[in-house]
Parts: sequence; structure tokens; C-alpha cells
Amino acid sequence: MEALIVENLSVAYDKKMVLENANVSVPTGHLSAIIGPNGAGKSTFLKAILNQLPNKIGKIEILGKAFSPKSLVVGYVPQRNAVDWDFPTTALDVVLMGRYGHRGLFKRPTKKDRAIAMQALTSVGMQDFTERSIGQLSGGQQQRVFLARALAQNAEVYFLDEPFAGVDAATEKTIIDILKNLKAQGKSIFVVHHDLQTVTEYFDYTILLNKTILAAGKTNEIFTKEKLQQTYGGKLLMMETLSGEI
Amino acid sequence: MMIEFWVILTGVLVGITCGIAGVFLILRKMSMIADAISHTVLFGIVMAFIITQSLNGLWMLVGAAMAGILTAYLVQLLQSSGIQEDAAIGVTFTSLFALGVLLITLFAGNIHLDVEHVLMGEISFVPWDKWTFLSITMPKAVWMLLLVLVINVAFLFLFYKEMKLSTFDYVYATTIGLPVILLHYVFITTISLTTVAAFDSVGAILVVAMPIGPAATAYLISKSVKEMFLWSMCFGVASAILGYYVAKWLDTSIAGMMAAAVGVIFLVIFLIDKLQQHLNKRAVASRGSF
Repeated sequence: MEALIVENLSVAYDKKMVLENANVSVPTGHLSAIIGPNGAGKSTFLKAILNQLPNKIGKIEILGKAFSPKSLVVGYVPQRNAVDWDFPTTALDVVLMGRYGHRGLFKRPTKKDRAIAMQALTSVGMQDFTERSIGQLSGGQQQRVFLARALAQNAEVYFLDEPFAGVDAATEKTIIDILKNLKAQGKSIFVVHHDLQTVTEYFDYTILLNKTILAAGKTNEIFTKEKLQQTYGGKLLMMETLSGEI
Repeated sequence: MMIEFWVILTGVLVGITCGIAGVFLILRKMSMIADAISHTVLFGIVMAFIITQSLNGLWMLVGAAMAGILTAYLVQLLQSSGIQEDAAIGVTFTSLFALGVLLITLFAGNIHLDVEHVLMGEISFVPWDKWTFLSITMPKAVWMLLLVLVINVAFLFLFYKEMKLSTFDYVYATTIGLPVILLHYVFITTISLTTVAAFDSVGAILVVAMPIGPAATAYLISKSVKEMFLWSMCFGVASAILGYYVAKWLDTSIAGMMAAAVGVIFLVIFLIDKLQQHLNKRAVASRGSF
């Protein structure tokens, strides 16, 4: 079974091609990094998969079917800055939102939903912050709450948009441990990722993207100097000097 | 005595109904859309009059609802074709409002729908325009406000969690299959209905103060959406009552004074909130220095 199949995906904004003829097929049970330089179309790629772009062309399948939101198989963790954290609500309330899809219209979350939400908050180490206003949480805590919401949804395929951007080291460790744990349960996880230094440590599967999918496969086969050079072009040289490795 | 009662009751109902409607307007950052709708409902009301040739309140509600949806739809259409949101709102509402004004002067010149009344409203006329239903006789404005209040409460009762999630995180809401676009338009419809029900008492220009002001004030001090609903209704009612008595005392426009009270209450809460933040900061700073 393939977690994700993308065939001939093309997206244009204002006649400018952002993604052109992208093709990729990823089996289930992998923790995959989606990497590429700024402006490579990583966010667009994610939006296209999540059916946010009406103008896209191409075929996308998740677990062998066209994406159907009602099936709740997709757990999405947006970029932290995608929402307004001044919204008057608590951490537990946000995590409970992960259960809304299971309840359907007109029905309120049940006691069981609350228990599941509490469990999700506990697993990200946020059990002491349940009634805290989300605006008073640190960036890392907000990111944990977002991950907990996806966990409460109990999805099969997870998409995370830059979950490590601007979070503290403890949060990064918590998140990656949870993602590895999900993978161990046979779930599939896709992470838009920036930090090339941690790719080999965190991800067993890698998708290289720059306007199209340049390569995808097991990290140890894909994460090579030549392929990265191809993806990042001249920019890689700079990063190499900065980080002194790769 | 009875007349005073009806005027105050109308004001209180405007405060409650608009207080409820305003919460998600503020949270969805749609104040400007509400402003636009408060003007374009005029177009809907005039169209309803031209088509039915009557000033029946129900037809006006229908006309207003359709004008509201049309406004939201046109703004969306212009926006998705690449025009900035504020410009899209500006163009849409001025055009429809102008059309409404022109239609009034062309086809409804000699009836009650005069422009000044529509713009300014007159809450003190409310008690004389009565309507009997189920052998209960109340001012028409009270009936309309009650009907819309029931609709607003029912909408929240049915879609509270969907509204909350799609307001907080629209994209996530779509990924779990919430009907976000339908919700948007149903919500716009309730805003249009609220606007037209409050319209008769406070007029098109001041009507926008009632949903936005109390909810914006509530937003400053609320920790949850439910709390925000309670505060918003309280501030709406307080503005109505305060506005009525001050207007009576100064012998001036009641609707104007109600809207002014909205502004004053906002300012007071805003200043208290800022003062408190300042004190908190000082407390933290002095604790840090030990």
C-alpha cells in the first residue's frame, strides 16, 4: 500500500509555474522529510495534497484513494504562524478540535473525546497546561498543542509543515520522539523540513523538491551530495561552509 | 411609560442580538464585511419593496439576507480574481449602496423609506409601528429582533464547534471535512438578518457599531469564546440602556447616544486592560529585581 502517490502534479500562481510535473510514490510506514530550498514549492506541494488549491492539475492519492476529508485519515499540523494565537481558547480546547471530525455536525465532544484529548496533551508533555490560554504558551508549547490535536484525531497519514521552526530543543526532541513512535505503529508521516543537518538522524525517507520532485527514496540513498547539489544549486555550497559537514 | 419600555426593550434586544452576531465577526476579522453589509442591505430592502410593493418586515429580511449574501459573494469573487480584500469590499459596498439610494429616489420616493431614516434610524418611533401575532401586540421592531435573535441562537446551537474551528484554523477545518464555505455563507446570512432587524431602530450607519463595538470590547478581556459571548451581550445591553438614559437627559438622538455609549465602554475597558497589563509588568519587573 502506498501512503502517498502524486502523478503529474502541476500548480501555477498567476501564470507562474510553482510546481511542474511532480511525481512521487511513498509506501506506508515511513517518516519522510520533504526538503528543498526556499521558494521550491514545499508549502504549495502540501497545500495541493490537502486539496487547498482548486487550480492544480494531476492526480493525488492518499492510501490508494483521492483525498476525502470526511475519512479523517489525514492529520494535518499547520505551520505555527498559520493561525492567530490570540484566539480566546485553551490548550485542551484546541486539542479537542482534533475530535470534531469524529463527532459530526450538531454534536458536542463527549467525555471520551476529552479523555483522548487529555491523553494526547500528556503525550506531548503538556498535561500541566490544559486550561492555559493558547496566547500565553511559548512557541514550542504551541507547536506541541498542534501536534497533540493531530494525535487526538488518530489519523493514518500525517502532514507537518515545518514543525521545528522556532521551537526549543526540548520541544524538537519531544516532537521527533512522537513522530518516530507513530512510525513504529505503522503510520506514515510527511514533514516539511528545513534543517539539513538533522535529516539523516530523524527521517528514514527523503523527498527532494525544487519546482518538481527531483528524487525520493530511503534517506541513505537519497541524501547524497550530488542529489542535494542538484536540489539546492549554488545555495548548498554556502550551507556547506556554514555547517562544515553534510 | 409603556412607550419608554418598548424603546428600552428594543435597544436591549439590539444589544443582545448584535452582541451575539459580533463575536465571530471580530474573531473572523470580518468587521469591514459587516460594515459593507450594513450598507448593502439597503439595496436588498429596496429591491424587496420594488418587487413586493409592500413594507412587510419579512420580505425585507429576505431581501436583506440576499443582499448580504450577494455582498459576500461579490467580495469573494473580486478577491479571488486578485483584488485586495479592502479594495474589493470598498468597491462592492459603495456600488450596491449607491444603487440602493438611486432606487429609493426613483421608485420609492413618496413612501416611508426615506434616505435619512434609513441612514440614521429612529428608535423613538418604534413603539407606534405595532404588529399583532398570536394575539400578542408588540412593536414590529421587537418582533423582528426576537425572530432574528432566535435565528442567531439556533445557528450557534447547531454550528458552534464548526464555527469555532473554522474561525481558528480554516485549513485544518477543511482537512477534516467541515463545510467551511457553507458555514461562511450561513454566517453572512445571519449577519445580514441581524443588520436589517437592528436597522429600523438605529439606522444603517450606526448599526455597524452594535455588532462590532461590544464584541471588540469583549475580545479584550475574554479567555474563551463562550465568555466572549457573555461579555459581548452584556456590553451591548449596557450600551443600549446607558445610551437611552443619557440621550433622554441631554434630549438628543437615542440611536446616536447608544452608539456613542458603545465607544465609551470600549475605551474604558481598553484603558483598564492596558493599565492592568502595565501593573502586571511592573509587578514582574519588581519581583525580578530582588
